[in-house]
Amino acid sequence: MEKTLLQLNNISVVYSDVIQVLKGVSLAVEKNHIVSLIGSNGAGKTTTLKAISGLLKPENGKVTDGTIIYEARTVQNQSPETITRLGIIQVLEGRQPFKYLTIEENLRVGTATKWGEPYKKDLDIVYHYFPALIPRRKSLAGYCSGGELQMLVMGRALMAHPKLLLLDEPSLGLAPLVVKEIFRIIKRINEEQGSTIILVEQNARMALQIAHYGYVMENGKIVMEGRATELAANPDIKEFYLGMGVSGDMKSYKDVKSYKRRKRWL
Amino acid sequence: MRKLKFHPSGNFNEYYAQELTIFETDFGRVSLIVGLMALFAIVPLVLSPYMLYIVNMIGIASIAAIGLNILIGYTGQISLGHGAFFGVGAYAAAILATSLGMPFIVAVPAAGVITALVGMIFGIPSGRLKGLYLTIATLAGQFIIEYVLVHWESLTKGTMGINLPAATLFGLELFSDRSFFFVIFISLVIMVLMAVNLMRTKYGRAFIAIRDNDRAAEGMGIPIFRYKLLAFAISSFYAGCAGGLWAFYMRSITTEPFNLNLSIEYIAMVIIGGMGNIAGSIFGAVFITFLNEGLRWGTDILINLGTFSSAALTMAPLREFVFGLAIVLFILFEPRGLAEVWRIVRSSFRLWPFSY
Amino acid sequence: MDFFLQLLINGLCLGFLYGLSAMGFVMIFKSSSVLNFAHGELIALGAFLFLALVTWAGIPIPISFLLTLAVCFCFGFIVERFFLRPLIGEPLIFVIMLTVGLASMFKGLMLLIWGGNLHTYPDILPASLAIQLGPVTIPPVYIASLVIGLIFLSLFGLFFKYSSQGIYMRSVADNQRAALSLGVHVKRVFALSWAIASLVAGMSGIVLGIINGINVHNLSGIGLKVFPVVILGGLDSIGGAIIGGLIIGLLESFTGGYISTSLSEVVPFIVLVFILLIKPYGLFGLVEIERV
Ligand SMILES: Nc1ncnc2c1ncn2[C@@H]1O[C@H](COP(=O)(O)OP(=O)(O)OP(=O)(O)O)[C@@H](O)[C@H]1O
Ligand SMILES: [Mg+2]
Repeated sequence: MEKTLLQLNNISVVYSDVIQVLKGVSLAVEKNHIVSLIGSNGAGKTTTLKAISGLLKPENGKVTDGTIIYEARTVQNQSPETITRLGIIQVLEGRQPFKYLTIEENLRVGTATKWGEPYKKDLDIVYHYFPALIPRRKSLAGYCSGGELQMLVMGRALMAHPKLLLLDEPSLGLAPLVVKEIFRIIKRINEEQGSTIILVEQNARMALQIAHYGYVMENGKIVMEGRATELAANPDIKEFYLGMGVSGDMKSYKDVKSYKRRKRWL
Repeated sequence: MRKLKFHPSGNFNEYYAQELTIFETDFGRVSLIVGLMALFAIVPLVLSPYMLYIVNMIGIASIAAIGLNILIGYTGQISLGHGAFFGVGAYAAAILATSLGMPFIVAVPAAGVITALVGMIFGIPSGRLKGLYLTIATLAGQFIIEYVLVHWESLTKGTMGINLPAATLFGLELFSDRSFFFVIFISLVIMVLMAVNLMRTKYGRAFIAIRDNDRAAEGMGIPIFRYKLLAFAISSFYAGCAGGLWAFYMRSITTEPFNLNLSIEYIAMVIIGGMGNIAGSIFGAVFITFLNEGLRWGTDILINLGTFSSAALTMAPLREFVFGLAIVLFILFEPRGLAEVWRIVRSSFRLWPFSY
Repeated sequence: MDFFLQLLINGLCLGFLYGLSAMGFVMIFKSSSVLNFAHGELIALGAFLFLALVTWAGIPIPISFLLTLAVCFCFGFIVERFFLRPLIGEPLIFVIMLTVGLASMFKGLMLLIWGGNLHTYPDILPASLAIQLGPVTIPPVYIASLVIGLIFLSLFGLFFKYSSQGIYMRSVADNQRAALSLGVHVKRVFALSWAIASLVAGMSGIVLGIINGINVHNLSGIGLKVFPVVILGGLDSIGGAIIGGLIIGLLESFTGGYISTSLSEVVPFIVLVFILLIKPYGLFGLVEIERV
């Protein structure tokens, strides 16, 4: 099991001492893999990422049960300062740039875990992956387009040379072509930088295309897991997440059955 | 006869009305009534005039502190001008009584209303904004009111101050500390009842919603501007009434006492007593008034002993320091104030000897 | 005319110092949303520390100056560490009332130590530094305060624009969650903003002390004048603080010169109420960038 970078053992997460969101989630992430986590809205995907990155704490959330093991040390309920310095960086849902900082200053915040070290080379790497940012480096992030912002926040995370990159819905609200581009870059980062990536997505089709392994989450539980190719071929996944009929063709509205197929795992 | 209520061993309320009840048990209700009767029957008879004076000051401070608590503890807005509003009430009462010859019983509530209106002048511009702009506006209010009190000489007689006629109530002249004791404490009881019941209405619940999360409150359809302003007006009304009572009790007032330090004193009462707790305000008033007297007494002794010359050890700075320290310590270590301490003590007695 | 010029110079100088001290206040507000009601006490502390070092300890003036700044810096750290940090995550109202309590505490303490009288520094600056501007002389302290202020301003400008720590501080002010997700030490940023604010406050305390004499009440009162200044300039704009300071300083100076000194003390607060009424986010508040 030496190849496992991160392991969640049966973790439960509770917000504000009363709202239980995760109910025993277990997953394992192998080194250099892309693992994608899919599931409906409110399933607890973002919460899972926050549990890993330590960002639960500022939101009054807590891992109440189970363990999170990263590189053979338990990291649940640690502060984000500690966890980011271990090489885990989360890219937040909804992008969240520093609006009043320029693109380049935004990227420099990404060096916070390595304060004092030279960062020029890292900037070059980011610009290499996201050349679209170069002409905008001096303009305020608040005035950038959604696609540029997504590149910005991913580049910002990349500045820290994360060993484990947590991406939360990078395709949110982007045009299909841009989505394609973003996913291509994610794949490249994974291959060239050797970063392990957990990818949370609503766009299950794209996510499963680039991922090695996948987990499906519902109501705070993992309900299915498997190799990405297997998941993509699974009839349930096809119907509920990929929007295809069992036969594989795109479902049109008139084909929707009057009764709803039961999800088999619920 | 209705069944007597005793302390339940948990929260078994089935209706919202049960949650709203003021007294959890009949014992609480009875003991409060007995306590009040004892207060009115015994205290004025046994206390020396000096002690009675202190008790009266506590009563007045309690009224003002309850007002501030409605704003700070229930609505989550800070007023740094409560001392000045207290002064507005005092001056309003004095001017109404001297220039218009208004009787005591009308002048004091009228002073409260005037103070509430003056408060609005500072509340309206800041209420539109989210966040703590009201605090900043009340700070401005403190200084502007202080200035106006001193410089609007035709109305306030400036630094000369105003002398009031003796208060009369139903044809009786209120001269002694004892007669004022009754007036002050009956007012206090009325003001407490008003405050407690206010918090059980939709207004009170709206205040609390604004305190807990003003955005969410707005989302639920609470017009936060109007409610913030209302809370501020009510709080100023309490300050004004307390100021009016104070003016009649003192019989002569000057502009001096109503400075920022007084405002901070009231904030200290609210924090030390317990934010969002009406009874707490009274605890706070008791604590601060006794602390004041204690400090005065302590410095007097030190000066008499000759350890310090009176110039080196003046009362005011020491008081400021101790009040500040008390505020800081309570916020850091017991943010729910004396009311919480009291609850803990009381329930440990109640559970004794079987406290889990 | 001479009188007018004198008032103008007076007001500009005073206003510049108001603006500088308000800058520290804005810094704390931007990083942690805390309104610091103890700012005036930090100003007074700087002035008195310098006084103690110069007159009682007899340390040479330049060294005293730097030493005071260093102590103020550390003091800001300590205040944040021991009083503010335990309250991180608590409702903001507690934190703000805490600063009210701290203000009262520090003020009382300084009054106990130094009393309420006016103290003055020994003559620090040589009179030859004075500049003759037509019919009016600009006293050397004004020149010095301008120079020192400008030096500070440009140092801070450089710090926030180019240094990594400065950028981290701005990132926290901008989006705290995102800053946390990238591993920015948010608590360190809070502490640093208190330390820097306290340093700037101490510096303006020294200069104000040289100009007006050192008195606990006056100096802590100036701390409350940062409120009109920042409301005028926009609560979250550092540049606005300087401009707001200049306006308030001029206003005060002219009111004091032409109408009455006692009115000049409240005129900033009257302006404050009017600004809240007509332009609530300040004349120079940041334009909120809404698109994402
Ligand atoms: N800070 C919080 N406090 C309380 N409850 C929360 C908090 N954050 C999330 N929740 C709740 O936890 C549940 C899961 O939220 P989460 O954000 O993890 O879902 P998600 O799978 O990321 O959904 P989406 O696909 O919409 O982003 C939701 O029901 C949400 O209401
Ligand atoms: Mg999510």
